[in-house]
Amino acid sequence: MGTYVPNTKKEQQEMLKEIGVSDLRELFRAIPEEVFLERPLNIPAGLPEMAVQQKMSGIAGKNKVFHSIFRGAGAYRHYIPSIVKQITSKEEFVTAYTPYQAEISQGILQSIFEYQTMICELTGLDVSNASVYDGASAAAEAVIMCKERKRTKALVAESVHPETLETIQTYCSGTDIEVVLVPAKEGRTDIDELRRMIDNETACVLLQQPNYYGILEDASLIGDIVHEKDAKFILSCNPISLGVLKTPAEYGADIAVGEGQPFGIPLSFGGPYLGFMAATEKLMRRLPGRIVGETKDSRGERAFVLTLQAREQHIRREKASSNICSNQALCAMTAAVYLDAMGAKGLRQAAESSMSKAHYLAEKLTKLKGFHLVYSGEFFHEFVTTCNGNVDNVLAALEKRGILGGYPLSGKDEGHLLWCVTEMNTKEEMDTLVGILEEVTKA
Amino acid sequence: MKKEYLYTKSHEWVLFLDEKTARIGISDYAQGELGDLVFINLPEAGDEVVAGEEFADVESVKAVSNIYSPVTGTVRAINEELLDHPEFVNSDATEAWFIEVEDIKDQVELLTEEQYKAQL
Amino acid sequence: MKLIFEKSNAGRGCELLPECDVPVTSVDDKFRRNKELHLPEVSETELSRHYTELMKRTFGVNDGFYPLGSCTMKYNPKVNDDIAKLSGFAEIHPLQPVGSAQGCLEVMKLAEEYLSEVTGMDAMDFQPAAGAHGEFTGLKLIAAYHKERKDTKRTKIIVPDSAHGTNPASAAMAGFSVINVASTKEGYVDPEELKKVVGDDTAGFMLTNPNTVGMFDENILEITKIIHDAGGLNYYDGANLNAIMGLVRPGDMGFDVVHLNLHKTFSTPHGGGGPGSGPVGCKELLIKYLPSSRIILKDGKYEYAEKSPESIGRVKAFYGNFLIVVRALTYILTLGGEGLKNASENAVLNANYMMSKLQESFEIPFSGHCMHEFVISLEQLKQEKGVSALDFAKTLLDYGMHPPTMYFPLIVHEALMVEPTETETKENLELAIEVYKKVLEQAKSDPELLHQSPVKTVIGRPDEVMAARNPILRYQFNVNGE
Repeated sequence: MGTYVPNTKKEQQEMLKEIGVSDLRELFRAIPEEVFLERPLNIPAGLPEMAVQQKMSGIAGKNKVFHSIFRGAGAYRHYIPSIVKQITSKEEFVTAYTPYQAEISQGILQSIFEYQTMICELTGLDVSNASVYDGASAAAEAVIMCKERKRTKALVAESVHPETLETIQTYCSGTDIEVVLVPAKEGRTDIDELRRMIDNETACVLLQQPNYYGILEDASLIGDIVHEKDAKFILSCNPISLGVLKTPAEYGADIAVGEGQPFGIPLSFGGPYLGFMAATEKLMRRLPGRIVGETKDSRGERAFVLTLQAREQHIRREKASSNICSNQALCAMTAAVYLDAMGAKGLRQAAESSMSKAHYLAEKLTKLKGFHLVYSGEFFHEFVTTCNGNVDNVLAALEKRGILGGYPLSGKDEGHLLWCVTEMNTKEEMDTLVGILEEVTKA
Repeated sequence: MKKEYLYTKSHEWVLFLDEKTARIGISDYAQGELGDLVFINLPEAGDEVVAGEEFADVESVKAVSNIYSPVTGTVRAINEELLDHPEFVNSDATEAWFIEVEDIKDQVELLTEEQYKAQL
Repeated sequence: MKLIFEKSNAGRGCELLPECDVPVTSVDDKFRRNKELHLPEVSETELSRHYTELMKRTFGVNDGFYPLGSCTMKYNPKVNDDIAKLSGFAEIHPLQPVGSAQGCLEVMKLAEEYLSEVTGMDAMDFQPAAGAHGEFTGLKLIAAYHKERKDTKRTKIIVPDSAHGTNPASAAMAGFSVINVASTKEGYVDPEELKKVVGDDTAGFMLTNPNTVGMFDENILEITKIIHDAGGLNYYDGANLNAIMGLVRPGDMGFDVVHLNLHKTFSTPHGGGGPGSGPVGCKELLIKYLPSSRIILKDGKYEYAEKSPESIGRVKAFYGNFLIVVRALTYILTLGGEGLKNASENAVLNANYMMSKLQESFEIPFSGHCMHEFVISLEQLKQEKGVSALDFAKTLLDYGMHPPTMYFPLIVHEALMVEPTETETKENLELAIEVYKKVLEQAKSDPELLHQSPVKTVIGRPDEVMAARNPILRYQFNVNGE
């Protein structure tokens, strides 16, 4: 049995004696007899570290690690610089608690302050929080932020990630916020419908840029329409794309949210990831979660602290702007180190390469019989194609060759594939992919 | 009508400007108990306030406290200055009014300054 | 120390990516970023040293005693982190075909089985990313349950006044109104008070047991029965589960739904504030409302069952903080059933040992054996010497110790809540006891000294009022972008 209890049986006996009880059971006298668990837990006996390593490695071995991935749909494989992994593995960062004791937490606090600065720089907005759980919950929190007494309708573009939409719906279901979908037409938000639906009760409009299909929406126009009605404009964006694409602020967004996973966080079967949130200064006090601010210490030196805490649950309880307590601090640090390492030049390069390669693959793919782009218009690093033949068979053939192909869409997009390309995919890899597809679909 | 500061048991003051209009703030004792204020959440002009019910809250670094309206009526104006300078409440609580209320229809039991101080 | 932006120098950087090997696509002007992007320009050496400097200004569990009450800062085993870094977990895409992610499904299935056994629940869902997220999810299950029964007048969640702040906040977020119920002066739920507030509008009741003052509520069976008899459901906040693993189970105490904090009880690290993991467990009657599809084993293969139409819906994308679940499973496999029980027993033993040794010098407001944590009140010290819990805590920093939780629970004045955890040695506890007593002596003889503390830390006490009145939440680049 493995254990992390250091005290020996003898020491435990000494301690019991000191307390004045004869055995451990006596410390648990308050537990009613009828529910005290007399039997052992039905969990296998513990194992020494080496055996645990072997068992867990065996389980990990049952997963297939794809070396060639053309799938995104909310989780993206980008290059992770070695220094990112090293720094974020430092024990102090990994094992510290929330920095409530500022005097011994300046490292964490400063790193969050630097993160907040970079999120503001990327989005063009004024203030950022210290992170929330992921992109989907960030979108839901943003919608809740916008609610006003006379504005309780949230318009959400149908072209957002379906899991983001579902999360927003769950978060809003117990509140008086009504979530209404703005339909998509030809892979992007139907502007005429939006104009028709938006009114003086609309609290906010949420749009994803690039959208779920990878298409770039006419976010400037949509921003104008939203502001004509004095509603708030929330933009959910891919953070890598911000290296080359317009900032949410340039589109007129009041709040920017997104999934920060592409910033140095491995795919991890979906988590932990990073929800980032930034807003205009006007909305600062409505931001949920922790925020770090700069101040001075008793010696007159610059210092960092958790601030604006009166928004939060531990003080405001049932009136708090959100219930969030634990966030994704280490993931925020990961993103910060990633951005430090990449710099503006590196980020632009990652964005440009991803976009260029996606266009290269789209062009090659659509030369194949039965593969054509489902939606026209500008796209970033994802696009949707038809598939020649049965989607499952095609993907299975790719899987056999170690390639994770495009994501098979469902519902009204059934039979279509959502492809994603990043700087990690080489030209050679893409040519191989196209070659295999040609071979498989010829038959 | 004599202009004097009247107080509630929940530590707000009210200064009637005429029979139907009044300014509302918090007492000096209250600001002292609350400590350094860092933000004040005020209602909007046009909002209705109800005697005995909260209409604002004040934040210190580690606490939030509700402020209750001494009267029922409509908010005519708010002291916008306080939004940027909550510390004015700490420096002069009787000068730093929160809201002005008009069309006053009802009020809670009010104490004179003397009565208020006696019960502290 | 300088910010990374202040170390930046135009033209420096790391060479990380190769040139693009396909023709470069240009972005349409309509979508092109015009705003300049300021990110640091630093060499890898400078970047490495910057974070080493930050690391030295951070106090982790590896640095020393960390008895932060209600946070269970136990040692975070390194093997857990190693396992989470295996490419077979870290490099798996969440939308891979199920056949190629059998290991991930097995992790969740095993973790579900073991955690259900520990809590006495019938199912476990790993989607919630943290404790508060789990609370929200669990409360939505309760809402869905009443809604399906068309029992729509059940709109109230009862919460003891000693509860964690997340409890009322989560209830409000899930659409309930919150009824606070006063605790007895011993810190327990008062069954008589509870009877007064329950009724046909009661949706549920949220409780931690052991409670937030570290005491096990002896009346627990009566309490959960009062709620059930009134038609409500019982929610168990698992923040304090570290006291009772293998000793008593929430499911046996009358709870219908629980959340766990894997980052407390199951040894996964806190990461300076997260990521955590807040799985929700429930009894059979609530399973169909869970956010995720159930994992089932069919012909030797794991797969997802069809999503229940009654599900409350997602609370997050994908499957939750999966790599945290991997760490927790590794911990459970290491300890085994007996080891989990042993961990709880020793957590309670360590807390009682410290409490009994401190009792002669400090005011411990609650009598009897504590569970895994206990509360000290410095109210008298505050009154007599003007030394607050804050002053006391700040002085402990100068002794290289993380202070206990301050000012919680709210029902105890000048509270310090001490949770030593099972992974501390007897000597460490004794050293802490000695330091606490010494600081108390100092407080009595030279209170001013405590007001000035800490003096040995990299910064003195920060001005929190200044931070909140004039929020500076980001670094401002000057116009030249330096």
